[in-house]
Amino acid sequence: MTSLVQVNDLAKVFDVSAPWLNRVIERKPRQFVHAVDGVSFAIQRGKTMALVGESGCGKSTVARLLVGLYAPTRGDVHFDGRDTRAPMNEVETRALRRRMQMIFQDPYASLNPRWKVLDIVAEPLREHALAQTEAQMRESVGELLRSVGLAPADMEKFPHQFSGGQRQRISIARALATQPEFLVCDEPTSALDVSVQAQVLNIMKELQRDRGLTYLFISHNLAVVRHVSDQVGVMYLGRLVELADKAELFARPRHPYTRMLLDAIPDVRKTGRRRTPVQGEVPNPLNPPSGCTFHPRCPHANARCSAERPALLDFQGILVACHAVEEGRISPG
Amino acid sequence: MTEPLLQVKNLRVEFPTRRGNLLALDDVSFDIAPGEILGVVGESGAGKSLTGAAIIGLLEPPGRIAAGEVRLEGARIDNLPYERMRAIRGRKIGAIFQDPLTSLNPLYTIGRQLVETISTHLPMNQAQARERAIALLKETGIPAAEARIDQYPHQFSGGMRQRVVIALALAAQPKLIVADEPTTALDVSIQAQIITLLHRVCREHGAAVMLVTHDMGVIAETCDRVAVMYAGRIVEIGPVDAVINAPQHPYTVGLMGSIPSMDQDRPRLLQIDGSMPRLNAIPAGCAFNPRCPHAFDRCRTERPDLLDAGVSRAACWLHAMEAKAAA
Repeated sequence: MTSLVQVNDLAKVFDVSAPWLNRVIERKPRQFVHAVDGVSFAIQRGKTMALVGESGCGKSTVARLLVGLYAPTRGDVHFDGRDTRAPMNEVETRALRRRMQMIFQDPYASLNPRWKVLDIVAEPLREHALAQTEAQMRESVGELLRSVGLAPADMEKFPHQFSGGQRQRISIARALATQPEFLVCDEPTSALDVSVQAQVLNIMKELQRDRGLTYLFISHNLAVVRHVSDQVGVMYLGRLVELADKAELFARPRHPYTRMLLDAIPDVRKTGRRRTPVQGEVPNPLNPPSGCTFHPRCPHANARCSAERPALLDFQGILVACHAVEEGRISPG
Repeated sequence: MTEPLLQVKNLRVEFPTRRGNLLALDDVSFDIAPGEILGVVGESGAGKSLTGAAIIGLLEPPGRIAAGEVRLEGARIDNLPYERMRAIRGRKIGAIFQDPLTSLNPLYTIGRQLVETISTHLPMNQAQARERAIALLKETGIPAAEARIDQYPHQFSGGMRQRVVIALALAAQPKLIVADEPTTALDVSIQAQIITLLHRVCREHGAAVMLVTHDMGVIAETCDRVAVMYAGRIVEIGPVDAVINAPQHPYTVGLMGSIPSMDQDRPRLLQIDGSMPRLNAIPAGCAFNPRCPHAFDRCRTERPDLLDAGVSRAACWLHAMEAKAAA
């Protein structure tokens, strides 16, 4: 098996310091947020990798790093065996960009309201000179719209004439225009109602089957992740805490944070369930706890957890960053 | 059968526009018993938040109640003058909104906001009110309540703010709490804490809750009964178990099938094609008929009322046929 995307020790640090004058007058130090801190994973061709976590855990930053919207502070991304940060000429860069596309969360913000759907979907075709004539372009756009369940005639309309779910289909059609192999989907259904979400998820699965697409799927909704993904990475404060096959992760979550997340989801099939909610909240990323960043909320934490940062270790193919799991203090499964 | 705490009868809410009246809520009727938790679920635009707003008398103009009535403990509250309604709001009906940052005043300490609410509605002096405020904050799980009462809303995290809002809603011992998407703005782990808290404190205070949300999971774990709304009407109402495990209305069936499950794999989610009609283009007959797999002639011409369907009630002509077949 070859992996299409390989991410090694990826990190992104944002400088969130106060302006220079404030730092001088108010004697404030420089401040940095480690939004992504040493994340590594690989995605096999034709598979879906999901990243889950709560807001501020860095999952969207990973998505943006992968498609090149941010430059990494450290680490690298290999796409189809090539380092995307290596020096490239214009032609090679364009070729690479064509092969990966992104779908954004908010279909109300990611489509230009003053452009017709035709122009929106045709923009990548124009940019990459993938259509020779105007007629050819219209045909391609019609074909793309059909592939996401819209009518070719819709290309003459404007975004406001569509519902949220239809707009997200337009985003998908636009992303598919360059015939990419890899799609980064940042919360593609979070802004949608459940019945519409089902339509979009079904289309995404069909497209994957028909075109052999590879997805990185970012979501905070574990039920959606369970439905679409093959492999799941759980993030907490910029780091991967667990990385496993979907079936394994949902059947036997290892990391205490994963267990907590799975336990916290309200499930339709569990009416009247009584639960013991986890205490505490996600700490401020400006000032993360020492050692394992989850230790203040973790029921299994001990002195080592508050002092030493756990590494992501391999337990029969499942990667977990937890001292308690490593020492066997938590029973597996 | 005790008298219901809240009775909503044939409630109709309209928004007059230049192009005619938009019918946002049409013939909505339900009861809430004392201490009961009723969930109201539906997709965006179904009218669930509007139902809550109509009950607490906070409809945004030009929206207005065009017909029907709302009764609290037997007395009508939908036609009260503004000042009378204001006295009921807070005292008898508490409200919790989606975004805790906008329901708290950023310029006042949370203590001042709590004390104001308490001394407005209950016969207490400042010191007693402050004591009660601290007790409420402790009850809603805010650590170091004595110190934090003098802090401003921006010094609290999202989950903590929502706890303050719950404390505020409970401040005057209301009989009913209208909670409009109280956990939507929060992360899952915090959402679980808030839902558990809301459930616990409302049971302890004996307050009934109308919980408006789009999250079926939250409904399943919290509510006694649930009402499913579609295009401004209740399409199904019944005990939460029945509605989730044996939905009677085709829309509810589709809605349940479209939710990805945590414990079973399905290659494909059930999907309801199309989307909910806009308020200015609600089809004749049953509003769901263009998307319904079972629609027949009667559905396209005649609007169904809520009919008995097992232990639930559903607004669907299929159940009229069943009743006839049984008779």
